[in-house]
Amino acid sequence: MQNHPVYTDNDPQTAPSTLNLGPTHPATHGVFQNVLQLDGERIISGVSTIGYIHRAFEKIAEHRPFYQITPLTDRLNYCSSPINNMGWHMTVEKLLGIETPKRVDYLRVIVMELARISDHIICNGVLGVDTGAFTGFLYMMEYREAIYEIYEEVCGSRLTTNIGRIGGFERNFNAIAFNKLRKFLKDFPPVLREFQALFNRNRIFVDRTKGVAAVTPEEALSYSWSGPLLRAAGVDYDVRAMNPYSSYEDFDFEVPVGENGDVYARFLVRNEEMWQSMRIIEQALTKLEKEPTDIFHADVPEFYLPPKEEVYNNMEALIYHFKIVMGEIDTPTSEVYHSVEGANGELGFYLVNDGGRSPYRLHFRRPSFINYQMYAPMSRGMLLSDAIINMSSLNVIAGELDA
Amino acid sequence: MGKITNEELLKKISDKFDQQITVVGEPYGLLTIETGREQIIELLEFLKNDTVLQFIFLTDITAIHYPEQEKPIGVIYHLHSLVNNLRIRIKVFLPAEDYHIPTATTVWHGANWMERETYDFFGVIFDGHPDLRRILNVDDMTVFPMRREYPLEDPNRVDKKDYFFGR
Repeated sequence: MQNHPVYTDNDPQTAPSTLNLGPTHPATHGVFQNVLQLDGERIISGVSTIGYIHRAFEKIAEHRPFYQITPLTDRLNYCSSPINNMGWHMTVEKLLGIETPKRVDYLRVIVMELARISDHIICNGVLGVDTGAFTGFLYMMEYREAIYEIYEEVCGSRLTTNIGRIGGFERNFNAIAFNKLRKFLKDFPPVLREFQALFNRNRIFVDRTKGVAAVTPEEALSYSWSGPLLRAAGVDYDVRAMNPYSSYEDFDFEVPVGENGDVYARFLVRNEEMWQSMRIIEQALTKLEKEPTDIFHADVPEFYLPPKEEVYNNMEALIYHFKIVMGEIDTPTSEVYHSVEGANGELGFYLVNDGGRSPYRLHFRRPSFINYQMYAPMSRGMLLSDAIINMSSLNVIAGELDA
Repeated sequence: MGKITNEELLKKISDKFDQQITVVGEPYGLLTIETGREQIIELLEFLKNDTVLQFIFLTDITAIHYPEQEKPIGVIYHLHSLVNNLRIRIKVFLPAEDYHIPTATTVWHGANWMERETYDFFGVIFDGHPDLRRILNVDDMTVFPMRREYPLEDPNRVDKKDYFFGR
């Protein structure tokens, strides 16, 4: 039998150990580094290092015309890029004073709520994986695929969607898109119900999540949390309800609020938000029946590119096409802040314009960046395994964190 | 609770900070005021703690650079009163080569990373900040990349020289 070495200095039994959690670790779902001081399995302190996929979007945006900034916003929160796209279009429309038709608003609401569902599917599914339950994740993932297929019909791409243009959509929704949407609304509720049945009262899951990383409303507000995290802590702030955009005021929906801001409350809030999103989409489909079916963009020829066949055959279309592409159209010198309810919280765009074709300054208020700064302070005293599921439930998306 | 208009909000602020604020305007309905760095923290605390206004939510801190101005760099705060559903934008312009401003981390914890980001990109030094380090860029970077004079592409990069392409 081998003799065990006798430690004298830095006895691992008593000295704290340092653990580099990340930058690439399978349990962190992205490039996050946290240098943790551990006492056994308990975290004494931690330091977060971020910026591994920083791509200088704010700088690039200063050199691009407005319509070319949309693909940059795709890459913020890439789990729900349509919300970012729409938020950016609406910011520019607010700056330019463009009124969109109701049908455009409702179509946008549909796309944004689908994006919210797909984001929450990933977050809650992965939370299940991190607590040891793979089934729910696989079961739900099929429906993210269904949502991506709807995106494909609407805009042609799946992950980095670049949906929509300033003023509306690049093309109308086709019949296949609506059929797929109706099929999704029919197929998904039983799955979500079963997913909830699998987790909500599951002893192992509840033991792992209840009371873990509980946050008081005061702390959450002081750290400028927003979105499902803030609502799980008991503050009913939802941009859709408080500052309605894109005709959200026409819809009847509830803002789910949790009780003690722990991982379990966040899970429940996200699940309930998926139900509310489906409710909104169903209402939007009903409202769309009363709208003319051929309108999919606002009548703003100065900013909305004309169809290609008209550019070749119609003088005015050619002029507008030239003016848009060459950036010959004056824009107001002003500044605007517009925010939408992203899947993770208040996604804000602060746009300062000097009358040119590209912003003088564009700043993204990225909810993941602001939500994540509480991670290291709140991990103090937590078990390492709890810190892992806490990170899952924060749903920090690296693209949005680093911009 | 009745809705507070921008005029009422401005009157409340002017009653306390009479000569120290100037009104920039109300672009798209968002009241924008400018103040000096001497009373910015006092102003933020007043807005947060006033029993009527209750600007409890710090939406954002960022900065902007106008190189031709006497005071080139402006720090911009967006606050939101969740109780009254009212927003306000506060700007503080800083004189050249003296980019110091007191930290707002004493008012909101969430200001920490927002200020680190602003320091990282604009070089604004937040006095009293507990941990003012670069956050998104590499630690050994010497410039502040969001300033206007800094070009989008690194002029020192060597992989785009013509001789690599036989030109």
